Amino acid sequence: MDQFLAFTVVGLSTAAIYAVIGSGLVLTHTTAGVFNFAHGAAGMLAAFAYWQLAVGWGWPVPAALAVVLLVLAPAFGLFVERVLMRPVQALGEAERLVMTVALLAGCIALARWVWDPDTPRPLSPFLAGERAVRLGPAVVTWHQVITMATALAIAVGLWSLLHRTRAGTEMRACVDDRALAVLTGADPLRAGRLAWVLGIQLAAVGGILIAPTVALDAQQLSLLIVSAYTAAVFGRLRSLPLTFLGAVVVGLLEAYLAGYLPQNDYLPGLRLAAPALLLFLALLAFPHHRLRGRDRTVVRVPLPGRRGSLVLAGCVLALALFLVSVLTEDQVISYGTLFSLGVVALSYVPLAGYAGQVSLCQLSIAGIGAAVWGHLGAHGELWALPVAVLVAAAVGALVALPALRLSGIYLALGTVAFATVLDRWIFTLPAFDVLGVHIALFDQGSVSVTGPDLFGLHLTSPAELLVLAAVCLAVTSVAVAGLRRGRHGRRLIALRDSEAAYATLGGRLLVAKVAVFALSAGIAGLGGALYGMQLQTVTADQFGLVAGLPVFLIAVVGGLGSVGTGLFTGLAYVVPTQLLDGLGPWAQNLSALLIALAGMGFAHSPSGVIARLRTDWAPLGRDRPLLTALLGALAGCWALAALVPDGGPPAVAAALLAAVTLRGRAAARAAAPAGIPPEWWGLRRPWRPEDGEVLSRATAAAG
Amino acid sequence: MTENSGPLLELRGVRAAYHGITVLHGVDLNVAAGQVVALLGPNGAGKTTVLKVAAGLHPPDAGHLLMGGRDVTGIRPSRLARAGVCLIPEGRGVFPNLSVRDNLLMMTFCGRGRGREEIEETAYGRFPVLAARRGQQAGTLSGGEQQMLALARGLATDPAVLLLDELSMGLAPLVVAELYELVAEIARQGVAVLVVEQFAAAVLKIADHAAVVVRGRIQWQGHPDGSLQAELSSYYLGSPP
Repeated sequence: MDQFLAFTVVGLSTAAIYAVIGSGLVLTHTTAGVFNFAHGAAGMLAAFAYWQLAVGWGWPVPAALAVVLLVLAPAFGLFVERVLMRPVQALGEAERLVMTVALLAGCIALARWVWDPDTPRPLSPFLAGERAVRLGPAVVTWHQVITMATALAIAVGLWSLLHRTRAGTEMRACVDDRALAVLTGADPLRAGRLAWVLGIQLAAVGGILIAPTVALDAQQLSLLIVSAYTAAVFGRLRSLPLTFLGAVVVGLLEAYLAGYLPQNDYLPGLRLAAPALLLFLALLAFPHHRLRGRDRTVVRVPLPGRRGSLVLAGCVLALALFLVSVLTEDQVISYGTLFSLGVVALSYVPLAGYAGQVSLCQLSIAGIGAAVWGHLGAHGELWALPVAVLVAAAVGALVALPALRLSGIYLALGTVAFATVLDRWIFTLPAFDVLGVHIALFDQGSVSVTGPDLFGLHLTSPAELLVLAAVCLAVTSVAVAGLRRGRHGRRLIALRDSEAAYATLGGRLLVAKVAVFALSAGIAGLGGALYGMQLQTVTADQFGLVAGLPVFLIAVVGGLGSVGTGLFTGLAYVVPTQLLDGLGPWAQNLSALLIALAGMGFAHSPSGVIARLRTDWAPLGRDRPLLTALLGALAGCWALAALVPDGGPPAVAAALLAAVTLRGRAAARAAAPAGIPPEWWGLRRPWRPEDGEVLSRATAAAG
Repeated sequence: MTENSGPLLELRGVRAAYHGITVLHGVDLNVAAGQVVALLGPNGAGKTTVLKVAAGLHPPDAGHLLMGGRDVTGIRPSRLARAGVCLIPEGRGVFPNLSVRDNLLMMTFCGRGRGREEIEETAYGRFPVLAARRGQQAGTLSGGEQQMLALARGLATDPAVLLLDELSMGLAPLVVAELYELVAEIARQGVAVLVVEQFAAAVLKIADHAAVVVRGRIQWQGHPDGSLQAELSSYYLGSPP
């Protein structure tokens, strides 16, 4: 009984922290209209800053607390509101979600960059020297008392702020209907600033309270928040009392599992994964009232032409041959992952781009593909590759079942929960048997992966594997483009634009969603298998939730609707990372930070970089003489790189220079000569975006 | 009932465009204090845009917006709202996820010093049904009740200018007649009222002045009498002007 009480006290004090963090999430959601994935990361940064002041520089605790909570946290909140959220305010929910994911990745990279993760940073609990309080048989430390008291004070304060004050009502009104709030004389900017300042302050309180009880580690602290997500989902992201109830359930569950779960190889992971599992269940069990969003803007999905997709495939293959002929073997290994990660990124296109289902667990599914291939295709058996794809597709279909009930941020949360369960539990399991089937993933360590045996030709060298991955990327790119052009692609876009309309037209939501999840997971599984072949040995870390965030962010920056996102993501992820890694180990976090910054910059072209590149380079593609000149220049550069030792970098630079110069020439030539009558615009010369306005002005003046 | 001290709300040569496509080609319109002006016209004529310009939601490309003779072109809509411009937008001008009481609390921002109690008193006094539903989420009220709550802003915050967009949308004719009765009552307190309405008959009963907008221009304006009916049918039905 004493033991039970002790676990209860521990559980309640953890619950108090989850309640603080969860109520911060609810506050940001109801007052800023954003589900902040980076909430935990903000708390993590606050904990690090507090450590730096109180321990690193030896400031007195009250001074350190005051600086972090009253200066740094509000400043960070204002920064987030001004720099990240205001530009995407007019865009949809998905865009705001991407911003917070980018912020999450950025915070983790920043913390690792500033505070070396290999140095331990102990943080002592508050009032650690005082004698603990005895309540009958239970012992409560002062840190726990402070934690619970803080949680209660925050609960009461927040509730009265939201429901009893003008400022709270103003914040809620601005989320409910921003335009109407302006009409009643409220100030949405002021409300947004207040909401973010308060939200980040709450995150900071939670981070500082939880840091002494766990290790001060950037990734672990940022993801502890999964438990707080669960609490917030209990409150349906809007009710504070229910959020507190959820926090108590999660906190007690964790404490009792830690105390009573039998010790063996299979179950410790379950304890870590329990909050994520509970989150998954809570998402499914509770009905969700989505905020009424009238500002839902849907980004257009470009329609790739048959020729365009073949050109893209040709570019992929040419790039692969170029890399193989120019690079040394070591470089082939490090740059080769470009194509396999490209395949993983391409899996976002049908799922998120066409069907509008945001998933953050694609790299985890790729990990399943890699592990299955590693075990079944241990000697390169070719049949194992389709099996790996099918297993990944089956897992994807499994994720799709809950997705039927979820959409938007709830779906993204569900996939985060799924990836967390895989990370913390399934991927850490030793091999086990279910219903007579032997299941082995990462065997608590690493799995060695070999290349496939293509009808007697065993592909093992890095160059062969690179070409194989490139061929797969080219083929899947053409296939995904074909999907977009066909009726299935139209169906997916109809599903994205309006599920209700899709269903009333006779479409079956269940079939369509399961199919697109399975398809996308199959592509991810293929990408994972190829990635594994190039890495030769794979571990669970390489396929974790956090490892997958940069891939997702770059795919978003490229444009989730564009088929070229696969190649773009591979290039934009692998090339800068490899170049920066050459500078030294410190640069590794810098590249992660750059990716996060790129994600934050995406607000300025929400339809993606590729769409812009297409319009920029289209004149060159239509200009035959200049195109021929470009191809000649590229071939020359290739020859230079292949024949001259160390000619690679100058050749690439020369090729880029030639391409950019010729593009400028082509754009100048395509600018129409004056004197073509308006009715021939679009026929005798290409249609330009500004033509519409010229015509409407002309007709308006005439009418 | 019309005060003769010049127009309270004045649009002078207003041109406005969306994404480079011009919608208003120079609109001149005056509304005096205590006057009800009906703005009529076919779909897509630019009626709602006139209201958006008047409320500061859409900055005009050319021309001026004047209130009480003072140029207020380009002033932020929230400041205009606090200065007494009250636009009740198309659809339901209420916050659906806020309670009736919180919706009324939001009106204190443009209430020019009126406190919560005063606003609640006025609103509940005129619409007792809202008092009975004060704790309920506004989105769960009936359409007529939501429109009452929206109109309560025009009533309780003592605006100088009241702009109404399609008040009748989705409501039963009896409810519409009742609401326009209230609009006339608000005008009698000296408020300049500009009403956009597809359902012309409802508003013409109380309007002192009518203007017909066609393709971004005011094609006809004057007293709403028999000649207006002929004008309207020609513009709506497309007979040669």
